[in-house]
Amino acid sequence: MIDIGLGHYLTLGTIIFSIGVIGIFLNRKSIIVILMSIELILLAVNINLVSFSIFLGDIVGQVFTLFILTVAAAESAIGLAIIVVYYRNSGTIRVEEIDQLKG
Amino acid sequence: MIAHSLFFYLFATIAIVSAIFVTVSRNTIHSVFFLILDFISISCLFIMIGAEFLGMIMLIVYVGAVAVLFLFVVMMLNVTEQKNQWFTSEKNSGHIPIGLIVSALIFFELIIVISGWKYRPNLFNASNLIINETTTNTHSLGQIIYTDYIHIFQLSGMILLVSMIGAIVLTFRQRSGIKKQSYIKQISRERNEGVQLIEVESNKGVKIDD
Repeated sequence: MIDIGLGHYLTLGTIIFSIGVIGIFLNRKSIIVILMSIELILLAVNINLVSFSIFLGDIVGQVFTLFILTVAAAESAIGLAIIVVYYRNSGTIRVEEIDQLKG
Repeated sequence: MIAHSLFFYLFATIAIVSAIFVTVSRNTIHSVFFLILDFISISCLFIMIGAEFLGMIMLIVYVGAVAVLFLFVVMMLNVTEQKNQWFTSEKNSGHIPIGLIVSALIFFELIIVISGWKYRPNLFNASNLIINETTTNTHSLGQIIYTDYIHIFQLSGMILLVSMIGAIVLTFRQRSGIKKQSYIKQISRERNEGVQLIEVESNKGVKIDD
């Protein structure tokens, strides 16, 4: 309990990942919150990679965390641009009013 | 060691609570603020564990760029009317128990995976923190990024470029009815389009047809 090991960090990553998944599934608010939940999921993946990289003594995990950071930044920029365009066209970004695909 | 574990629990608690508030808070602005708090506490954890370059990069990239981008978009769109209740929806809300079940299943599966790692201690020895004292974290990361992973590094730069161009193309709007300066039109203008020479007879004056 007092000795922080790999399991603690992995558990933290798991909890944040699950909170992100719950935020995607149970969201009834704006789509921006869904994008933030995706950021939380990528953050949990980063925690996993960094903790494995530290505890196994291999620096490659941190390199891939850097690439995940890049992809997350690009993804959020594109997603926010799409949200802005959608709001300009339809006037709403509430999840339950976006039903043009009848899904 | 006790201080290390105390700080770990402090930052982990802050991270989990703020992650919960990101999803459940009613105001989207508050969600963005809690997202920033989450990023900051996780980057503190990274710095504590010994990955200080990644912690600082997360501070710069996430808090400085991505979260501010979220804030800009939230402030540009009119989301004060988009505030909504949590769980209670007037339309069909039959997806909520299924979503909860699937999320709980994912959580328990991941927990089982982690405890599988934990109870097989001969897979690797996780007790010793391997920290190279001679080179810093940034130095070793740079040594491996710019040699072995140089192509992937440049490809990630290309991804950033493509996303930048895509965001500009998506949000660019050609508005009609706005007077703008057109260099092509100005440069390619001929003399006989703009100047008209009229032979003026004496004592008659000039009549310009308009």
